[in-house]
Amino acid sequence: MKFAVVVNEGPYTHQASDTAYQFTKAALEKGHEIYRVFFYHDGVNNATRLTVPPQDERNVQKNWSELAEKNALDMVVCIAAAQRRGILDEGEAKRHGKGEGSANIAPGFRISGLGQLIEAGIQADRLVVFGD
Amino acid sequence: MSDTKRFLYVNRKAPHGTVYALESLEVVLIGAAFEQDVSLAFLDDGVFQLVKKQVTTGIGVKNFAPTYRALGDYDVKKLYVERESLAERGLTEDDLMEVTHENDDEEDVSSIEIVDRARMAQIMAAQDVVLSF
Repeated sequence: MKFAVVVNEGPYTHQASDTAYQFTKAALEKGHEIYRVFFYHDGVNNATRLTVPPQDERNVQKNWSELAEKNALDMVVCIAAAQRRGILDEGEAKRHGKGEGSANIAPGFRISGLGQLIEAGIQADRLVVFGD
Repeated sequence: MSDTKRFLYVNRKAPHGTVYALESLEVVLIGAAFEQDVSLAFLDDGVFQLVKKQVTTGIGVKNFAPTYRALGDYDVKKLYVERESLAERGLTEDDLMEVTHENDDEEDVSSIEIVDRARMAQIMAAQDVVLSF
């Protein structure tokens, strides 16, 4: 089956991102296809490379980045939600004059528009929302 | 499979206190460009999103409530509001803003339909994609 996954909450405060990660990982292990993982609302905060959780805790961002690298996952962060919350790639940091080195998007994530969410809903057999 | 799917946006949270209502509306507006079969559901505290005469000047946030009234221009014509959710919050249909669209005879007709919980479940079951906010 072809799944699209939506993550609507940030890391650590809510379980949504962890559950979405476990779901995505399990689906891939079972041989399903993940068409896209879309991060919206505070979910965009999963995509900052600047989190430094204590060493004895899980690293939510790193979990996602590693899963993406291993499985060539398409992980998309909504641009409007990301800009409100300070998640920037090189291009956006430059465009908004935020200074060199201020891009904070983590490996495996890309910033794009809400159209990517709708398109995922159209293309996937099932769209699964993880949120509050 | 046809390229047109039935999309339902489920709104469950009050506006302004959290960002969900505003960002849900942004998805609906962007999604309109994809020419899908779109419906909106308002239940639980989500019914507060459609309450009329919202004023947000005192809390310093953008009042996006007028945007609901423009949904007809985006070809979004089906807004289902759950009757029980209204009643549980002491609200009636009279407390809701007018949201209209133009029908085939170029008459303005209401986009809002009050439905009971059982009907809402049927509406949800009939969708291809349910986005819950």
